[in-house]
Amino acid sequence: MSLLLSLRRKEGLAKEVAALSEQNLYACYQCGKCTAACPLAFAMDEPPHQIIRFLQLGQADRAFKSDTPWACVGCLSCAGFCPKGVDLARIMEALRTLRLRKLDTPFRYTQQDGEWLSGLPQSAVVAAMRKVTW
Amino acid sequence: MVDEEKKTLAYYPGCELRTRARVLDSSARRSCESLGITLQELKDWTCCGGLVAQVKDNYMALLAPARVLLQAHRQGFKELVTLCAFCFNTLRRASYFLERHAEARRKVATFLEVETLPQVRVLHLLEVLCDRVGIDRLREAVRRPLKGLRVAPYYGCLLLRPAREISLDDPEEPVLMEKLLGALGCEVVDFSSRTDCCGSYHIVTNQGAASQCARAILHSAANANADVLTASCPVCQFNLDWSQSGNGDTAMPVVYFAQLLALALGEPMERLGFDARAAAALERSAAADKGEASREGG
Amino acid sequence: MFQKQEVAASQEAQAPLGETTRIYIMGKSYDVPGGLTILKAMEYAGYRLVRGVGCRGGFCGACPTVYRKAGDFRLYVGLACQTGVEDGMYLTQIPFYPAPKPVYNLQQLSPELGTILRFFPEIVRCLQCNTCTKVCPQSLEVMNCIAAAQQGDFKRVAELSFDCISCGLCVSRCPAEIAHYHMGLLARRLYGAHLIPRAAHLQRRLEEIEKGRFEEELIALCRADRQTLERLYAERVIEPEG
Repeated sequence: MSLLLSLRRKEGLAKEVAALSEQNLYACYQCGKCTAACPLAFAMDEPPHQIIRFLQLGQADRAFKSDTPWACVGCLSCAGFCPKGVDLARIMEALRTLRLRKLDTPFRYTQQDGEWLSGLPQSAVVAAMRKVTW
Repeated sequence: MVDEEKKTLAYYPGCELRTRARVLDSSARRSCESLGITLQELKDWTCCGGLVAQVKDNYMALLAPARVLLQAHRQGFKELVTLCAFCFNTLRRASYFLERHAEARRKVATFLEVETLPQVRVLHLLEVLCDRVGIDRLREAVRRPLKGLRVAPYYGCLLLRPAREISLDDPEEPVLMEKLLGALGCEVVDFSSRTDCCGSYHIVTNQGAASQCARAILHSAANANADVLTASCPVCQFNLDWSQSGNGDTAMPVVYFAQLLALALGEPMERLGFDARAAAALERSAAADKGEASREGG
Repeated sequence: MFQKQEVAASQEAQAPLGETTRIYIMGKSYDVPGGLTILKAMEYAGYRLVRGVGCRGGFCGACPTVYRKAGDFRLYVGLACQTGVEDGMYLTQIPFYPAPKPVYNLQQLSPELGTILRFFPEIVRCLQCNTCTKVCPQSLEVMNCIAAAQQGDFKRVAELSFDCISCGLCVSRCPAEIAHYHMGLLARRLYGAHLIPRAAHLQRRLEEIEKGRFEEELIALCRADRQTLERLYAERVIEPEG
């Protein structure tokens, strides 16, 4: 039986994440390899495998409120190790994107940041602007 | 053997290689010239787009890489060589995505006012060197073998992942840089953090996290007794260097693989932009190697 | 299928001289005589312009205008003082789009990429969408300007942005919220102040002046009476034309 058929509102959010990321959220069987592989798990309030669990169990709002997608840099260690081929980095990307489209992000850069930003590698600044700002 | 028609390759440097990472660009060009390859820079090229946010409908972000591929096509090229891992990953992934998403392709083509998007193959210099020039020919071209230099080859993440889209090398046990460095005479050191992330753009958003990622990689290389670490990405190079800025003389030099390649092919060391730490490490290993050779001979 | 869109209204499209032409200014229709520029047409219609008008000669960038044509979804741009009215033209002026002026001391800045990024970190947000180029009334390659800036190529930024009149249309349309003309101005100033090769003959002439080569002549001129001056002026050597 496919759990994707549930019609509650939180499922709607999870469905949007699934559609944007083009991933089958229910393929994950919670083995935890992604969390073990993630180099930034130490900086996350919820471990990566927990985020996908929230989406599976109709608690998408907890995935949304979490800092975890913002700590992810898309290094794809998780996707590399997942035995079911789930690309968790793209799920994180979808979560970030849905928040950014509502103009909601924990990061704001202004002209005041120009001084220290100009001392950092350009590619990193470009990538950061693309991924975490609207 | 590089055949005649492939001696000139279209080259996309990327913004960093024009500014902060000039040494990567110049040492790569010099190396290629000695190997009979001309890297012809694309005319009027624009930014590759940084890292395209990989969601299904982010068409706007695909414009930048699509535009680069279009420029390459318009200038008559079917392939494009990149050096910077960010640019390589962005262009290769965008190319892969556009090939498989008809609607994205249509929308981007319409916006760019072309009938269709061209197919341009995105390459990394590593695969050109290893597969087209070939390791044997590289070995023959070496003028100054880097014997005695213990090198830890660091790949980072963008060069290898996602494996299916990038398919440059094995994502867990890559061998390209090892083969290349081995041909240069280096002693290649195995260390567990070869493919770990350096922290990437957290150098902007969460410097503490970036520092922690970078330090783990440096510890791993130091534990394997490496003299230098080679990187292929300006951000990796920065993150690794920056996170050990308090370590003074004990800090591990982080160089680009192209700098070592150029040195081995006979370029004078002063022209390759090695910093003081790297130069010292290179000189130390050369002296140690000479010392060993004379002991063995005498 | 795709044709190159001309940025300015072509000669054929402009309304014939004197013929009644219907235009829409900010949504309200007016019948104006053909052959007028948009600026004159607005004044004909009764607008008294205190902003959105300047030199009236296509140079100051005060009157950028955006318009659509009947049955065409495309946006067209032009300077109101230079663009003739067309029948069905649906226009508005964008005299100013917010872009605060950064304050800096040029002599204290170094001509490198870091300086540009310090004042305009947002240029790295450029999406290469080319909307800025499409909306430039001077047909400049605005996107390539930003690309050159990202590559630290001041000379190219200066060359590409030379004819920029700071009208602000690029700023109004940019999805990455970049203020192109301010950035271009800083780049041009840095190039001119620090990078452009100095004219050797000018340096030599300045040295000659400082060494006093022209002192006698200048003093003589200052002391000369009006008659002498008039004679000298009438007899001066004039460079041949052409």
